[in-house]
Amino acid sequence: MEIIMIAITACLINNVVLSQFLGICAFLGVSQKSDSASGMGMAVTFVLTLSSLVCGVIYKFLLIPFHVEYLKTIAFILIVAALVQFVEMFTKKFVPSLYEALGIYLPLITTNCAVLGVALLNVQNDYDILTGTVHGFATAIGFWLAIVILAFIREKMVYNDVPKPFKGFPIVMITSALMSIAFFGFAALK
Amino acid sequence: MNLKKDTPIERIWNGIYTENPVFCLILGMCPTLATTTSALNGVGMGLSTMIILTLAELIISLLRKIIPDRMRMPAYIVVIASFVTMVDFLMEGFTPGLYKSLGIYIPLIVVNCIIMGRAEAYAGKMKPVSAFFDGIGMGLGFTVALFLLGSVREIIGAGTWFGMKVTPASYVPVNIFVLAPGAFLVLGWLVAIMNRLKIGAGRRPGVDPTQGNMCGDCMNCMKLGLCGGKEECTENVVASVNAPKPAVAAVAGSNASPAGGTVNKEEVKGV
Repeated sequence: MEIIMIAITACLINNVVLSQFLGICAFLGVSQKSDSASGMGMAVTFVLTLSSLVCGVIYKFLLIPFHVEYLKTIAFILIVAALVQFVEMFTKKFVPSLYEALGIYLPLITTNCAVLGVALLNVQNDYDILTGTVHGFATAIGFWLAIVILAFIREKMVYNDVPKPFKGFPIVMITSALMSIAFFGFAALK
Repeated sequence: MNLKKDTPIERIWNGIYTENPVFCLILGMCPTLATTTSALNGVGMGLSTMIILTLAELIISLLRKIIPDRMRMPAYIVVIASFVTMVDFLMEGFTPGLYKSLGIYIPLIVVNCIIMGRAEAYAGKMKPVSAFFDGIGMGLGFTVALFLLGSVREIIGAGTWFGMKVTPASYVPVNIFVLAPGAFLVLGWLVAIMNRLKIGAGRRPGVDPTQGNMCGDCMNCMKLGLCGGKEECTENVVASVNAPKPAVAAVAGSNASPAGGTVNKEEVKGV
């Protein structure tokens, strides 16, 4: 039961983008079109779930036994970078269809702070490996939801007459602010 | 202001105004939005990023001839992550209050695109002195931006500034400004005001990510903001795949359109 609550919280109530501000770069950069936004969401889901699992395992079986927990930042960022490379090579060789769908987004994910952020949050909140992985997956779904909604709005917004200084980045920020207010509604789920 | 290139003063001015990482390059958004609930938090985040940025740029610049080209990204990451870990410890020891309120965003300085961007774009090529002052300039620019954002949010949202009461007693704080939506709202307005000033000064608006692969989309550009938002992002991963062939022509077209008479040399050179 607790694990479901963690998942709902990570996905909707504490939405990774709209309330924790992680992964903003990808959220703003890849949201012009809904299909590329969806592809990015899928790639993030894939990598985030995998990296939560791998980081959880490495933290528990490597860093804690050797008492080097303070190396977690360096360890996690290297794991994420290596993992992204590995996923890229693996899908290219064995699952070309998946590579077609995710390939171009993968290099962007290494510097997506949501991935490192979730790994660090898992450690901070003392989640075990299973809870951590579910937490990572739910967070990624929240990211997917937010980026796709923003992409739909931006596709419509192309036809709007936005005041010149607000064109581009500022109006996207204000749209995100309104989305963020809307997501406050989910706080009642708690 | 016309200053000689790559001198300390030029680098600092460049970081604070000409290529301000937040308002002009739109880099490092995560900490910008997340840690500016108050002016103090913003300044704390800005200064710790500045220290890491300056030291990392210095070390990377010193090592630039030793690091092999193909291994440079992992090498940069290790250098940056080492400094982040050190700053993390120092802050835990000496400023526990700030450490607590910044929380997870301190280790996340590792993935701050400003640091990686400057390492890749500037420190990896330049002499240590220039790189050092570039770090200070960019760091100060980041701090100034976070300070502004944090001040606006704190004054409107809580009626205080650095914890002191500054608004009259009859003022009811608008709580939403210190919550998540306020961050988006205030940053949007500040960048819009910056754009308005630039349009007024006859310059093109600094940022326009809706145009996809033109300047201002520095967060997805492999040039990582080195061009100062003046060139189009030819190496934008997603955009170049989405529009493979006519991309260059489209970019050149969209780039020439925005306001101001200064459709300048850099753009032509970039094409």
